[in-house]
Amino acid sequence: MAESLEALFHGFAVAMTFKNVGFMLIGILLGVLIGVLPGLGGANGVAILLPLTFSMEPTSAIIMLSCIYWGALFGGAITSVLFNIPGEPWSVATTFDGYPMARDGRAGEALTAAFTSSFFGALVAVLVITFLAPLVAKFALRFGPPEFFAVYFLTFCSFVGMSKEPPAKTVASMMLGFALAAVGLDTVTGQPRMIFGVYEMIRGFDFLIAVIGLFGIGEILLTMEEGLSFKGVSAKINARVVWQTWKELPKYWATSLRGALVGCWMGITPGGATPASFMSYGLAKRFSKDGPQFGTGKIEGVVAPETAAHAAGTSALLPMLTLGIPGSPTAAVLLGGLLIWGLQPGPLLFVEHKDFVWGLIASIYLGNIVGLIIVLTTVPWWAAILRIPFSIIGPVIIVICAIGAFTVHNAMLDVAMMLFFGVIGYAFKKLNYPLAPLVLALVLGDMAESAFRQSMIVSKGSIAIFWSNGLVGGIMGLALILLLWPLIAGAKNKLIPKRT
Amino acid sequence: MQIRSHTIASLLAPAAVLAAGVVAGTPALAAWEPTKPIEFIIPAGTGGGADQMARMLQGVVEKHKLSKQPLIVINKAGGAGAEGFLDVKNSKGNPHKIIITLSNLFTTPLATSVPFNWKDLTPVAMLALDEFILWVNAEAPYKSAGEFVAAVKAGEAGKFKMGGTGSKQEDQIITVWIEQITGAKFTYVPYKGGGEVATQLVGKHVDSTVNNPIEAVAQWRAGALRPLCVFDAKRIDLKDKITATMSWNDIPTCKDSGLNIEYLMLRGIFMPAGVTADQTNFYIDLFKKVRATPEWADFMKIGAFNTTFMSGKEYRDWVEKAEVTHKDLMTKAGFLAK
Repeated sequence: MAESLEALFHGFAVAMTFKNVGFMLIGILLGVLIGVLPGLGGANGVAILLPLTFSMEPTSAIIMLSCIYWGALFGGAITSVLFNIPGEPWSVATTFDGYPMARDGRAGEALTAAFTSSFFGALVAVLVITFLAPLVAKFALRFGPPEFFAVYFLTFCSFVGMSKEPPAKTVASMMLGFALAAVGLDTVTGQPRMIFGVYEMIRGFDFLIAVIGLFGIGEILLTMEEGLSFKGVSAKINARVVWQTWKELPKYWATSLRGALVGCWMGITPGGATPASFMSYGLAKRFSKDGPQFGTGKIEGVVAPETAAHAAGTSALLPMLTLGIPGSPTAAVLLGGLLIWGLQPGPLLFVEHKDFVWGLIASIYLGNIVGLIIVLTTVPWWAAILRIPFSIIGPVIIVICAIGAFTVHNAMLDVAMMLFFGVIGYAFKKLNYPLAPLVLALVLGDMAESAFRQSMIVSKGSIAIFWSNGLVGGIMGLALILLLWPLIAGAKNKLIPKRT
Repeated sequence: MQIRSHTIASLLAPAAVLAAGVVAGTPALAAWEPTKPIEFIIPAGTGGGADQMARMLQGVVEKHKLSKQPLIVINKAGGAGAEGFLDVKNSKGNPHKIIITLSNLFTTPLATSVPFNWKDLTPVAMLALDEFILWVNAEAPYKSAGEFVAAVKAGEAGKFKMGGTGSKQEDQIITVWIEQITGAKFTYVPYKGGGEVATQLVGKHVDSTVNNPIEAVAQWRAGALRPLCVFDAKRIDLKDKITATMSWNDIPTCKDSGLNIEYLMLRGIFMPAGVTADQTNFYIDLFKKVRATPEWADFMKIGAFNTTFMSGKEYRDWVEKAEVTHKDLMTKAGFLAK
């Protein structure tokens, strides 16, 4: 522990130079911008800028690029809250309560909560990286296909039954998501699947395009129907909203802590920020006393996913640095960067390039502090966007959505697909079908399927592999308990009548 | 017109000087130059081997100002790279588009019947060849490929798990090849990326892999993996110590270990069909300059690449032969699309 601290202080000395703090600022600002634009994700942003850093010193380069990533993690929440358009996949769950809050005129509050929770999540994750890196890295090695499937299964189970809509509608929505996720190339057999002879479909339905359409375009259509104006225009905007929200936040310490732990765990294993945010939201809804009111604009419903997403995003760097496996798409690009700069990620990086590793870890602390200050000071500005008349901002949003959809694969077909998903999103809302299960199934369906089928190949078709050791059995057991929780809770209430 | 040709000549002058040391006999005049940014397609995801190489190229070109127009890297990974190849196929005559290939140039159309073939593209140059190495966990008892294969044969069929990237692609082809010449039987488990495969081997979720050097080197150096043999005609020509006791050169060839298999993966550049020789020459020239930079040399070393360079007819013949080999291997393995 003392050794880690000493190394960390050395890292601060590396990161605190005038030049590096400058790169940090540039990175955060770019990152926030990338986070705000839907479609242009952190991974794309980092990839685009990677070659530019080629002539920089590796430590400065990674500081700037990782700050873009932190910025994107912060920025993803902004459009989710304001327009119900998730800027990044991991902010989908933030829309569930963030957007209703904005409609109630509490956009500033929601943004402050989102940013602060993000910061808290990152802080917990970076503490884990600082003190537990070697230990945690070994844990990640225990994850084979069955363990991965168990984690995805747990995510689904923590999410089922949390919608206000009838379970049948939730299941229908989720199944549609699975069906969409199955389109494209089947990674296990290497064969195209459900593309109906249209070869451009072979890349499948991209989650980002679906989300931009379902949420963004769907919302615009609804707004148009409701009379071309945003609700929440009357929002009172002042700088004190930050302090007021901060006073309220400590009440949700349990949700924050749970979110941070879920996030760290998902980042390290590596499940990623998106499933982490969904799982954390699902758990918060189940265990909070305000659970039934989630989705109507509860601040806790913003805290839960944002803490988890940022914690997962940050801890995803740990397996990348110690094992050379990226915990998220952005980490994968950073990994490529390490190789280009002549550094080999892996168990020896901590030994051979102390300056680099601890400089990076120190920059996570600093970068997030800088990031928090930047985004919090801009809260009133972001909230003020809602005051622009819809007739101006509406078309702008559609254009930004279209650009975002195009950027994902540089394909025009995706823009058409986005509009198509927009109509689906509108229809779902009119018919009171929940969108979240569809999105969850679309983003995780593919990975869950791969993990399941790899497990089946390994076990030669025996389902017992999911209980073959303590780790996988434990996760599966936990998942089943969560799935059946309503029944268990109901039975308990019957058996032990409440004393009044 | 006069003004224009003058500009081109003056643009070319520094490039020609730079190139002089590398390329003999490049015509100083008449050369074609890109007039807008060059799209550089990667038919694979971000962070993979092809992606790393492409971004590395982009960085070198940028740093040494090797081209007046920048390279814009775009990933089109869908359908095992089919998306990227179809895009280039449909850009006939566009000289501002290039694509980097891996073995999916051959395997994807054969396995999926997506309508494209390398003949729909114009071969430009081979940048390098990627090696394949047979790896086992360092705690496994096998010290040589022979011992390992004997153990696989002795165990019940399918008891040993081979992890690899993708399905019906290079890793699985090599696996089936080993099975065919030795009679051993593996259970092949497909994963999404090479780094993931290496980690699965460290965690003992699979028993062996045929990772590229760059995918597994970090774990090898950390003492978690052991290389058994390299699938090349001769040993890798890098004698610097990678671990305390071994260099790349100390890994025997599979041929010498009784596994008569040679497989290398193409890292080459193609353009759309219908471009002029002048236009291809610009790119051949550009990549020759890239190869002369110290950064490229370092990158080749880190990844233990086979640094063969080819262009023109020689390259075309190589690709033609490689296609026949792949078709043959995939037919034997039963991987062809029906």
